[in-house]
Amino acid sequence: MMETKNIMIVGVGGQGSLLASKLLGRLLLTRGYDIKVSEVHGMSQRGGSVVTYVRFGDKVYSPVIDKGQADYIVSFELLEAARWTEYLKPGGKIIVNTQQINPMPVIIGAAEYPENLAEKMAAAGIDVDAFDALTLATQAGSAKAVNIVLMGHLSRNFDFTEEEWLQAIAESVPPKFLELNKTAFSLGRNA
Amino acid sequence: MKQLMLGNEAVARGLYEAGCSFVSSYPGTPSTEITEAIAKYPEVYAEWAPNEKVALEAAFGASLAGRRAFCGMKHVGLNVAADPLFTISYTGVNAGLIIGVADDAGMHSSQNEQDSRHYARAAKIPMLEPADSAEAIAFAKLAYEISEKFDTPVLLKMCTRVSHSQSVVEPGARVEVLGEYKKDIAKYVMMPGNAKRRHPVVEARTRDLVAYAETAEINRIEDGEDKSIGIITSSTSYQYVKEVVGNRYPVMKLGMIWPMPEQKIKDFAASVEKLVVVEELDSFIECHCRDLQIPCVGKEWFSCIDELSQNKVAQQLAETPVSGVKLDAQIPPRPPVMCAGCPHRGLFYTLKKNKLTVLGDIGCYTLGAVAPLAAVDSVICMGASVSGIHGFSKSQNGAADGKTVAVIGDSTFMHSGITGLVNMAYNESNATVIIVDNSITGMTGHQQNPTTGVNLKGDPCTKIDLETLCRAVGIRRVRVVDPYNLAQCDEAIKEELAANEPSVIISRRPCALLKNVKHKAPLAVDADKCVGCKACMKIGCPAISIVDGKAKVDATQCVGCGVCEQLCKFGALKEV
Repeated sequence: MMETKNIMIVGVGGQGSLLASKLLGRLLLTRGYDIKVSEVHGMSQRGGSVVTYVRFGDKVYSPVIDKGQADYIVSFELLEAARWTEYLKPGGKIIVNTQQINPMPVIIGAAEYPENLAEKMAAAGIDVDAFDALTLATQAGSAKAVNIVLMGHLSRNFDFTEEEWLQAIAESVPPKFLELNKTAFSLGRNA
Repeated sequence: MKQLMLGNEAVARGLYEAGCSFVSSYPGTPSTEITEAIAKYPEVYAEWAPNEKVALEAAFGASLAGRRAFCGMKHVGLNVAADPLFTISYTGVNAGLIIGVADDAGMHSSQNEQDSRHYARAAKIPMLEPADSAEAIAFAKLAYEISEKFDTPVLLKMCTRVSHSQSVVEPGARVEVLGEYKKDIAKYVMMPGNAKRRHPVVEARTRDLVAYAETAEINRIEDGEDKSIGIITSSTSYQYVKEVVGNRYPVMKLGMIWPMPEQKIKDFAASVEKLVVVEELDSFIECHCRDLQIPCVGKEWFSCIDELSQNKVAQQLAETPVSGVKLDAQIPPRPPVMCAGCPHRGLFYTLKKNKLTVLGDIGCYTLGAVAPLAAVDSVICMGASVSGIHGFSKSQNGAADGKTVAVIGDSTFMHSGITGLVNMAYNESNATVIIVDNSITGMTGHQQNPTTGVNLKGDPCTKIDLETLCRAVGIRRVRVVDPYNLAQCDEAIKEELAANEPSVIISRRPCALLKNVKHKAPLAVDADKCVGCKACMKIGCPAISIVDGKAKVDATQCVGCGVCEQLCKFGALKEV
C-alpha cells in the first residue's frame, strides 16, 4: 500500500495558490490516486497567510496536513515558508519563491521581516530549494504566473512526464493564457 | 466518471441529482459555494435571499408547494433562521426540505465557534453529517428521502474542512420530482390548537427516527483488532481518527448525528473496554452517551476549542509524529488586511481622525478594527451596528451625540440593518449610520445582493435604492459620499454628527477587486519630495512601505485610489 504523500502550498492570500492546487488535483487524478485537496476561503484570502493541502495515495483520510507530515512545502513567499517549517516531515523539502511581501505588522513598523530566511532554513538542516520565481513569471509574460513557475519547479520531484503536466495545465487555465503558462511551467521546471 | 469535487459543490450535486428545484440561501463562509454551484444547473431555480430567515421561509414555501427545496447558510445564519426552523419542525414538509448549515471550527472566517448540532436536538430535526465529498452527494440525496418519509425538514451539517476540501466523487443522473400542493390547515397553520396536536407528532417522529438510526447504513461500525478502545465519531473527526488508528480500534461512524441510535451505541459500548468519543467543538455525542448511562471519555481528551487534527487525535490514541524544525527567528504574523484600493480605507481613516466611537458589523470592513486604522469599537453579528448605536446613543441622554457612528455594508444592511434603522427613526435616536456600499457582498467572495441590480444567476433584476429605502423608513437626512475623497467624507461626517436627528451616510464606491472596476495607474513616490514623515502609513495600505526612510509604492498592488496622495503634505505621491 502506498503511503500518503503530502504537499503544502503556502503563500499570501490572492497569490494564486488555488490554481496550483487545482492543477495538482487534475494531474493526480489521471493516475487514479485517492486525493484530498483542502483550501482556505473567506477572510484569510484578503492578504492573510494562506495554506492549501494536497494529499494523495491509495486511501487518504484527513483533508489536512499536520506538523511533521509534509513531503513538500511549496511557498509563494519567503516568510510564509519560514512560518510552516514545523509541518515538514524529516527528509521533506521546501521549494520557495524568494519574493518578500511585507505583512502589515512589518509595514507599520510593529515587527521586522527576518533577514536571510533561506539561509536560516538551510542552516537548520532543512532541504531548501530557493529561487526567484517572480522574475521567471514576469519573463513568461505575467507576474501572476508565479504559481505555474512553482509547479514547474516542483514537477522535477515527480515521475509525471512534462506532457502530463502540460495536459493538466491546459485543463486548468483559460485558453488565452495557455501559452504564457506553458512558458512559465517550462521556466520553472528548468530553473 | 471520477472527478475531484469541493465538498460544497458535492452537496449541490447531490441536491441536483435528487431533483431539488428550488434553492434560497444567504452567503456565508464556509457554506457559500453550495448555492453558487447549484445556480449553475439550469433545472434548478436558485436565489440569494436578503437573509437566512427569509431564505428558509422561501424554501419552506417551495416545499409546501410540492417542490424539493434547499436553504443554505453558515452556522450563525442558523440563528437568524431559527424562528421558522423550530416551527417548520412541527408542520413537517410537503416535498423534501433540506437546510444546509456549515460550521466553522477554528473560526477561519467567523465571529464565534458555535456548534450547530445543538439546533438539531433543540428543534427536534434530524441532522446528517457527511465526512467527504462523496458522502456529501449521497447524504444530500438521502436527506430528501428521510425528509419525505418522516415528514420533517432535514439539517445537512457541513464544516469548513468538509465544505472546503476536494475529494473524489462519481456524479450520477438527475431524477425529476414534482409533488402537488394539498391544503391541510391542521398541519400547516400553527396556531395553538393545531400546534398542540402537532407536538406529539414531532415526538413520535423522533422515536421513529431513532429506530431508523439503529439500522441506517450511514451509522456504521468499522471493526478493529484491539477492543481495549472503541471510538464513536463523525464528520471530519472520523477522518482524523481513521488516519491515526487505521483498523486498530473499532470505530462507530455516525452519518446521522441526530437523533442518535440508542441500542446500537449501547451494544458498541459493551463490545469494547473503553468508549472514546472523538468530536469537534461541544460534547454532543458524549452527552448523549452519558444520557444513556454509558461511561465514556470525550472532552477531557479532545478540547471543545478549535478544530481537531490528526496530531491532536494521535496525542491521545497513538504516537504524535515528530514535528519539523521550528526556525529560531521571530516570524511576524500575517493577518488579513483591507486590499490596496479598498474603498473602506478612506472612510475608516476619517472616522479615526475624528476620534469617533464606531460600532461595526460583519464583512470585509470588520478589518477597520485592525491596526493601524483600529477604528472599530465593537463587532457582534449581522446588523448589530445599527441596533447597537441606537442603544448606545439613547442610553447616554445626548452625551454620546456627535461622537458615535455605526458602520455597516450594503449586503449586511439589507440582511438585518433595516429593522435597526426603523427603530432609530421610530424611537428617535440622534445617531449616524454609515452604509459602506461597495456594490457587492465582498468577504464571502463577491455575491450579488438586493442593492446590486443583478441576481444569483447573473441576470439583471430590480435594484433596491438605498437612499429611497432609508428615507422611506423615516430618516430625513440621507447623503452619499465617495470614500476616495477624504475631504468630502470628513465634511459629511462632521455635518451629520452635528445634526439633531438620525442620519445615514452612504459611502459609495465599488469593491476594488470587482472585474468591471477600472483602476487608475499606480502612484509612485518622488524621493526628492518625500521627507519620510510616514503620514501615508496611517491608512494601513499594503501597497505602501518605508524603505531606507522614504515611502515606496508597490506598483503591482497599487490601483491609484489616491487616498495616500491626499495625506501627503509634500506632494511626494503622484501618478507616474
